Amino acid sequence: MSALSLHKRIEENTGLLIFGILLVSSIGGLVQILPVLNQESLQEPTANTKPYTAVELTGRDIYIREGCSVCHSQQIRPLIAEVERYGPYSRAGEFVYDRPFLWGSKRTGPDLHRVGGKFSDDWHRVHLIDPRSVVPESIMPGYPWLARRNANQAGDIVAKMKALSILGHPYTQEQIATAESELEGLLEIDTLIVYLQMLGTGLDKEIIR
Amino acid sequence: MLLGGLSLLAGWNSTKEYAELEWPFDIAIAVVWVLFGVVFFGTIATRKIRPIYISNWFYGALIIVIAMLHIVNNLAIPVTIGKSYSLFAGAQDAVVQWWYGHNAVGFLLTGGFLGMMYYFLPKHSGRPIWSYRLSVVAFWAFTYSYIWAGPHHLHYSAIPEWVQSLAVVMSVILLAPSWATMINGIMTVSTAWEKLKTDPALKFIVLSLAFYGLATFEGPMMSFPSVNVVSHFTDWTIGHVHSGALGWNAMITYGTFYFMVPRLVGAPLYSVRLANIHFWMALAGTMLYIVSMWGAGVSQGLLWLSVDEIGELSFSFKDIMASMQPFYALRLIAGLIFLIGTCLMAFNLFKTLAGRHAVVVKAPPVDPAYAMVKEVAA
Repeated sequence: MSALSLHKRIEENTGLLIFGILLVSSIGGLVQILPVLNQESLQEPTANTKPYTAVELTGRDIYIREGCSVCHSQQIRPLIAEVERYGPYSRAGEFVYDRPFLWGSKRTGPDLHRVGGKFSDDWHRVHLIDPRSVVPESIMPGYPWLARRNANQAGDIVAKMKALSILGHPYTQEQIATAESELEGLLEIDTLIVYLQMLGTGLDKEIIR
Repeated sequence: MLLGGLSLLAGWNSTKEYAELEWPFDIAIAVVWVLFGVVFFGTIATRKIRPIYISNWFYGALIIVIAMLHIVNNLAIPVTIGKSYSLFAGAQDAVVQWWYGHNAVGFLLTGGFLGMMYYFLPKHSGRPIWSYRLSVVAFWAFTYSYIWAGPHHLHYSAIPEWVQSLAVVMSVILLAPSWATMINGIMTVSTAWEKLKTDPALKFIVLSLAFYGLATFEGPMMSFPSVNVVSHFTDWTIGHVHSGALGWNAMITYGTFYFMVPRLVGAPLYSVRLANIHFWMALAGTMLYIVSMWGAGVSQGLLWLSVDEIGELSFSFKDIMASMQPFYALRLIAGLIFLIGTCLMAFNLFKTLAGRHAVVVKAPPVDPAYAMVKEVAA
């Protein structure tokens, strides 16, 4: 009965109850998350994984803004069928510059982690504006406004790259200085296509075939 | 909340599941949540009886744990008012996110609603909780083990394998406190079964417990890698979530509405018959929804993975997607049945309330045995 009488004290004391809940609920997180945050292999980029260029970063942030990750995953599992359907399975080192990660949890549409290079730029352009004109069965909505808006409409690309520099992304002074001019004349759809075409190209060429 | 919804439509999106709102909203939520905690624990600290009832342990856990999860998972560097970059990257971000995602659901939709169950079930059935000891053990086991299960959302992904394995073990262990609580609830009403015939509120609460048992059994099963390989990325997950959200959360909420509203105005429910119709519509809608999503999810999972004898994929992605139409149609019908049932309840409760005033209730006298200050009680 001593355990129960100990518990009687906890349930009669607000402070003890708060302390008990904090203690008991934080153990799992500490044991799982702290080692993961310190594991160097999870922070080591693969051979061709580089920080996103100004154009790729703009495209990626449009992918985020439009909610693409709700229906498309970016995580290929090491299973025969998945590797055949999508390409080499995903490695942790390919995601080290992904803030946030975009693995997703639902494949209403197909996985996109190795979509880069699979279709032409023109195919992507038509598909993004009117998906059913190239894939009749598609249930994806069209995104025609991407072809009307300027890529640097918000003018925040330098601020974005500086913020990522603070988080440790190795951008050179030159990359940041030329960011604005790289986006000049581009539409949002152009940057999104550049992003899609570089997706999954972070592995060595031999592994990708 | 309205601004938050609009901000998502405007594309302010952190993409983290259940935490999509951008940093200005995250800060606002953190402030409101901490104030909520201050009011809650402040109220408890000034209580008149000595013991803190078990419902309040669950509410307390909900407030503390979600504050912790929310603040850590949303750590980010703001760039503009609607854009920030997560402090964590890639695989590490994924582990942090699902530590949050799994437990935000766990402590709000499981813990919070268990708090409701522990209050309304004994209150309404007129029976004390079957086993106090079991409720103590189940509460702490729940609070401890839930937290570990998050990475089962990341099977076969690029996170370390030991994290995935640990999550499976803890997910299976989690079955014990989940079912202990369900059994405790069912045993509490076991001597009051006859009330189920006449009382729609109790019917809803007992049915919600059954769905709670179903969902908390399905969860650990889906955390096994061999099951997860089929269920992950499919509509099966959607079905699992809805057996919780519709079957457990919505049903127990309806039960508490049917319990509270007549008591609020001191009058009987406008129509018990309508409430019974609502009960069957809610049950049919939920079942149909879950079954349609099981069908869709299992087909997707198996068809995606199927290869022929020479190792070639058997089906194209778009053909599998196109074959989902009947399941999605069924899901729409299921949702409509459930929604219409809910409208019947709204009408029923409105008619119960219309033209009446809230009754004045005096706090019951404090039992001297439990009083904080003996003199006050005397």
